[in-house]
Amino acid sequence: MQRRRIAVWLAAAALASAAGLGLAAWRPALPPGGPSPAETAPDLVRQGAVLASLGYCASCHTAEGGRPYAGGRGIATPFGTINATNITPDPETGLGHWTLAAFTRAMREGVDRDGRHLYPAFPYTHYAGLSEPDIAALYAFVMTREPVRAEAKANALPFPLSWRPLIAGWKLLFVRTPTIPGATAPADPRRDPEWHRGAYLAEALSHCGACHTPRNWLGAEIRSRAYAGGVADGWWAPPLDRSSPSPLPWSRDDLARYLADWDPLHGGAAGPMRPVVDAHRAVPAGEIRALAAYVATLYGPGPDGSRTGPVDRAVATEASALTRGAATYAGACAVCHESGGGAAGGVPYTTPSLGHRTTLRAPDARNLILVLRDGIAPRDHAPGPIMPAYGTLLTQAQMTDLAAYLRARFSPDGPWPTLDATVRDVMRDARPRDPQTRDPSPRAARAGPSP
Amino acid sequence: MPNLTVNGRTHAVAAEPETPLLYVLRDELGLNGAKFGCGLGQCGACTVEVEGRAVLSCLTPIGVLEGRPVTTVEGLGSPENPGPLQAAFIAENAAQCGYCIAGMVMRAHALLKANPHPDEAEIRAALRLNLCRCGTHMRILAAVARAAGREADHGPTTTGAAR
Repeated sequence: MQRRRIAVWLAAAALASAAGLGLAAWRPALPPGGPSPAETAPDLVRQGAVLASLGYCASCHTAEGGRPYAGGRGIATPFGTINATNITPDPETGLGHWTLAAFTRAMREGVDRDGRHLYPAFPYTHYAGLSEPDIAALYAFVMTREPVRAEAKANALPFPLSWRPLIAGWKLLFVRTPTIPGATAPADPRRDPEWHRGAYLAEALSHCGACHTPRNWLGAEIRSRAYAGGVADGWWAPPLDRSSPSPLPWSRDDLARYLADWDPLHGGAAGPMRPVVDAHRAVPAGEIRALAAYVATLYGPGPDGSRTGPVDRAVATEASALTRGAATYAGACAVCHESGGGAAGGVPYTTPSLGHRTTLRAPDARNLILVLRDGIAPRDHAPGPIMPAYGTLLTQAQMTDLAAYLRARFSPDGPWPTLDATVRDVMRDARPRDPQTRDPSPRAARAGPSP
Repeated sequence: MPNLTVNGRTHAVAAEPETPLLYVLRDELGLNGAKFGCGLGQCGACTVEVEGRAVLSCLTPIGVLEGRPVTTVEGLGSPENPGPLQAAFIAENAAQCGYCIAGMVMRAHALLKANPHPDEAEIRAALRLNLCRCGTHMRILAAVARAAGREADHGPTTTGAAR
């Protein structure tokens, strides 16, 4: 009897808090409207175009092979797949009826025009720090895109995560206006204006922390560990702070080269960082330098000196696995990766050795196996790196042998303890055309929280 | 030394396991269909099939091929008796200098094996990494479309105009 009464009380309490949350979560719909001519002045649109490049809007809101900004790309998170929406000014399926006020509320508070809470895959936790003029410029840019009729795909989220009022609770816990010196907080007297510009871009618009900061079990960035490394679409997003395992220090100039294109000593971007670097081609060099100036101070003076520079050491190949890995390296990799490095006249876009790459100093082999599996596709109509995909040639065992050899030769850190599991995990969908080996949902399972 | 199975025949080869397959095909086995273009896996002229999938033989060490069948362009037919895909390339006059063609044929062959009725976009995506310096791309696309049993999507193929 007693127990039954407690259960009833618990159920009532749960119901009441759900109702309370539902009530607290309620946000009004905003009246429909559109931009005035002044709100889409050509200068404003031009500014907005640069800002949209630096916010990497297209990397989520444009589907592969799809129309620009028409949405449809699925963002894999540990909670399920969130489908990016259509942000073209189509009146039915896009932002056609959105006023600047509605757009501003969405960017700062993650609430759409209808009053629905948006999932934090949309990085409003960062955009909350954007200035009013920048939001207005982004609005001008978005509202002058080609309208595309494209209904947003439904998200694939389990109940209760599919119940949007829950997001209001998440926001109460985790959404704060980002602290940005010189923008939302007092300027740092030790730093110059370029650094402050970079801080604003990195913290608010470019939302670097969305990938490079670890997240808690509820998918929120852990502020006390900002830039200590995270995950992005199944890739390891390396730390940007002094815990970076990079074999070489990152200077401001190195970062500026890397972010604009490629750095001769550190190499270039692959995976989800590649569209970021590609987007920078539409951005003035001054903005890239500002980002680099800020990120270089996150790295600071670097680790305490215990870290060695690039490693390339003789590998004792009595172990037959290492012998096999060495043969694969010699036949498949060395022709480019031992050419001396692009800057010294070797194959373009290679570093002097693979020992220069942070990838081989990573805590696990994920990024290495992903780049071996998929290669690096060439850019259309622009120079850039290209690497063949080995996912169809190498078996899991051969991939494992190769990775073990690369790690032994080019890193001082000892074998990857989880190498077998990493290879198995990443290679599961190596052969997408072969139904026998295709796992229907490996991506979602692998992926960490996404922006 | 590794055994290599090429076009259904098994060969004991003398080369070291890191030797690229392309060198063994051309220098040891006398199969000169696959070509050396760049040697860096960037042009596709050396493309052959391993277990039915297109690979770049210039970057394929033979050590990874033990027990895995290799098919080269010679395995698809002969000048007297060309295979259906080769016949389609001949019918569309798809070769000019011909250096890239063996690679193109093998890449297309692997595509058609996995997807017998590719559309234009799928053909282009598959052949994207194979380069032709003469500019016969339109005829190559038409040849693959013909082998896939349908008309090319873009009408006459005589101009080779860039699109």
